Amino acid sequence: MHTKTIAQLSACLKAGEFSSVELTQHYINRITALDSALNSYITVAQERALAQAALADKMIAAGEANPLTGIPFAQKDIFCTKGVKTSCGSKMLDNFIAPYDAGVIERFNAAGSVMLGKTNMDEFAMGSSNETSFYGTVKNPWNTEYVPGGSSGGSAAAVAARLAPASTGTDTGGSIRQPAALCNLTGLKPSYGRVSRYGMIAFASSLDQAGTFTKNAEDAALMLNVMAGLDKRDSTSIDQPVPDYSVNLNQNIKGLKVGLPKEYFAEGLDSEVAKQVDNAINEYKKLGAEFVEISLPNTHLSVPAYYIVAPAECSSNLSRFDGVRFGYRCEDPKDLEDLYKRSRGEGFGEEVKRRILVGAYALSSGYYDAYYLKAQKIRRLIANDFSEAFKNVDVIMSPTTPTPAFKVGEKNDDPISMYYSDIYTIAVNLAGLPGVSIPCGFVNNLPVGLQIISPYFDESRLLNVAHQYQQVTDWHQQVPSSYK
Amino acid sequence: MQWEVVIGLEIHVQLATKSKIFSGSSTAFGAEPNTQANAVDLGLPGVLPVMNKEALNMAIKFGTAIDAEIGKRSVFDRKNYFYPDLPKGYQITQLALPIVGSGSVEIELADGATKTIGVTRAHLEEDAGKSLHEDFQGSTGVDLNRAGTPLIEIVSEPDMRSTEEAVAYMRKIHSIVTYIGVCDGNMQEGSFRCDANVSIRPTGQDEFGTRAELKNINSFRFVERAINVEIERQIDILESGGTVVQETRLYDSNKNETRSMRSKEDAMDYRYFPDPDLLPIEVTEQDIEAIRATLPELPDAKKARFISDFKLSAEDAGILTASLELANYFETVNSEAGDSKLASNWIISELTGRLNKENLDIRSSPVSAEQLAGLLVRIKDNTISGKIGKDVFDVMWNDGGNADSIIDSKGLKQITDTGALEAMVDKVIADNPNQVEQFKAGKEKLMGFFVGQIMKATQGKANPGQINQLLKKKLSE
Repeated sequence: MHTKTIAQLSACLKAGEFSSVELTQHYINRITALDSALNSYITVAQERALAQAALADKMIAAGEANPLTGIPFAQKDIFCTKGVKTSCGSKMLDNFIAPYDAGVIERFNAAGSVMLGKTNMDEFAMGSSNETSFYGTVKNPWNTEYVPGGSSGGSAAAVAARLAPASTGTDTGGSIRQPAALCNLTGLKPSYGRVSRYGMIAFASSLDQAGTFTKNAEDAALMLNVMAGLDKRDSTSIDQPVPDYSVNLNQNIKGLKVGLPKEYFAEGLDSEVAKQVDNAINEYKKLGAEFVEISLPNTHLSVPAYYIVAPAECSSNLSRFDGVRFGYRCEDPKDLEDLYKRSRGEGFGEEVKRRILVGAYALSSGYYDAYYLKAQKIRRLIANDFSEAFKNVDVIMSPTTPTPAFKVGEKNDDPISMYYSDIYTIAVNLAGLPGVSIPCGFVNNLPVGLQIISPYFDESRLLNVAHQYQQVTDWHQQVPSSYK
Repeated sequence: MQWEVVIGLEIHVQLATKSKIFSGSSTAFGAEPNTQANAVDLGLPGVLPVMNKEALNMAIKFGTAIDAEIGKRSVFDRKNYFYPDLPKGYQITQLALPIVGSGSVEIELADGATKTIGVTRAHLEEDAGKSLHEDFQGSTGVDLNRAGTPLIEIVSEPDMRSTEEAVAYMRKIHSIVTYIGVCDGNMQEGSFRCDANVSIRPTGQDEFGTRAELKNINSFRFVERAINVEIERQIDILESGGTVVQETRLYDSNKNETRSMRSKEDAMDYRYFPDPDLLPIEVTEQDIEAIRATLPELPDAKKARFISDFKLSAEDAGILTASLELANYFETVNSEAGDSKLASNWIISELTGRLNKENLDIRSSPVSAEQLAGLLVRIKDNTISGKIGKDVFDVMWNDGGNADSIIDSKGLKQITDTGALEAMVDKVIADNPNQVEQFKAGKEKLMGFFVGQIMKATQGKANPGQINQLLKKKLSE
């Protein structure tokens, strides 16, 4: 059962080949047996999942099923789930049982899908390796000495190891696309505003966007069909019609104009990764795509700008974790200041504290213009680079990451080097564009991802281009040997 | 040395919306602690603010009422600081681009002079909750019912040069926001409160002195007293060779003194930045004009109309139009009694005097406009005298009822029967031959004595005009 895609599982459930309860139990068994080596789940919601599955089976029997009914999913532990621990990977929220469902969770519930559990992640989504989680490092199923990427590392590892048919993630600077690339998955980050942020614990509000980890583009379309759409509880959610993302998957891509930004193929890109990307480009040429070199001249500014904007917003977003109303509170506070200092000092991990400090500094009086305001201007320049490029091309392609997965612990003492592992993904968040990473080869048995970027709200095109490639290649069907 | 006082006010006006500025919770006052605080108000992880359009419209309405520029594009910012009654760790407010830009109001002073006071800006923001220190031993309670209540903060220019001007300005803003219905004006419940920036400088000096900010003053009387004691404090310091430090001070109404809360050195860095959870607010000229069209008659216009239509003095018209409720009360009494002078006098002296004495608001007056009008009609048509009218008013105030039934049941009806009055006059003349003689000899002051005797005999019910006439006639016979 665990080798099947969502589309295949849905067909099996409808045909009565197995029930949602059986399917859910199968995944719970796999998690129980295999996850101790990976640490991809923080919470496994076994009873709740089986109850949901039983309900789904009734829906299916009553002929009320839609494509996600009865399908088990793993949800990143950043989405509030009513009655279930929602930790955001932090000691700060280790005791937090969310009293409400996030907009994304509501939509999965309404579709009759099943939540297997909540996946591990970098603390408050801050990290590129899933090493900052209070619940421990997540291991890459392709080689457990390596990181799965982050921050949605648990969601990526769980699907890569077939411990869930698919999962959700969030992407602030690459937190879906980078782990998807490192774990050989299709990872979709929709346009900013496409999926509701309501109930998704904020890291950097102007960059955060929910998306998917799937075995292929077809499944991503099925999930996005459910997740996308206006939510009036999120003022940045956009009132744009939601197309059926499955409809255009099979469209021919002959004549597709693809831009290759020269800045994304420059120094710092691993030559073996470059080779795999070249092979993918050749595949696309065979499908009739036409390639041109383009320039995104402000690319070099994206990492510095991101590491001002994101920490600045996080420094404010994380102020509510103060030990007063919920979450971690220190023992025996002497007074209010002691309560604040120790609750936050003990409740947050190192990387979170580093970013709060950087962000508070960047916003402080006398530095605001030089840092935050400047970074926002750079953001505009970066968005303009893309707009210019899209005047001449339909989509942009690049490697998702400069290297394959790195070893656990390898970059712990060098946060800057860690930050640069997101160099190809960050600009997309700064511009608010949609992007997808798809498997395109291996280097030393570690997966390599190809990133595709499209204009705003053109996720249909993105998924069509990904799907066409997946019709003629089988990289996305490769599974780590221990998890087949 | 002669000192000149410089005052600027920041007035916080609670907007009279049904729900909060960024959540659907009720804003009603007085509920059990934390019963009007939902996930958004509690600042739970993952929640997001959604602007209440009604709060925006009210802010724009205020802007049009003071003829201010309205920000076509205004932006919400976060003001970051930690406090237990500030659930998110930041307040959503507006810094660089407020919804209301510069405007002005006119104030009138006791000597009849008028002065224009500039309004720098007015911005939308959310209120914080309340920390309750009294009811908990060794700990502090937090009530978040008020958290997220919409406010506009109205910032004046430092245009006021006396306490009188500051109070007049505060009253003017109070009457405008209540006239246009954006605030209930209830100062006891904190719906209208102000911070005062006070400094002094030698008369004739151009630069401002160092200012102190007096926080959270919630009555007109306290503003007056707080500013006065602060001015005295600053004069004392400067005249004894000291320097005023820039600081925030708290007015203690029990001790009638201000004391330091924090100095400029301790001032927090609020790390303002645009709130990424809220989009900039775009307002079109049509939106503004549509709101402007809903403005009612404003205090200044109403006052002018009272002067021209009802022939009232500027002072009386000013008093009657200071609050919309009082003005409406007057208009009801006037239209039913048909005598603007009589209505104005009774409302300003009897009614307002009594309300002030018992610390009541016009809205909770025990005597309604209709009741008072019924009383004035009976004074006008000579059923009762003005003096008896005050007794009737007393009965109304204490026991209710309309003028006619009170007059009837207490037998207060004026004696206007000429025959009966004539008999009384004859009796007084007959009973007091000495006084009659003196009167006829030229001691005309004694007229009052004769009238008094008759009033005493009739318990004030005799019509004084008629008695005067009759006495004059009989005594000259």
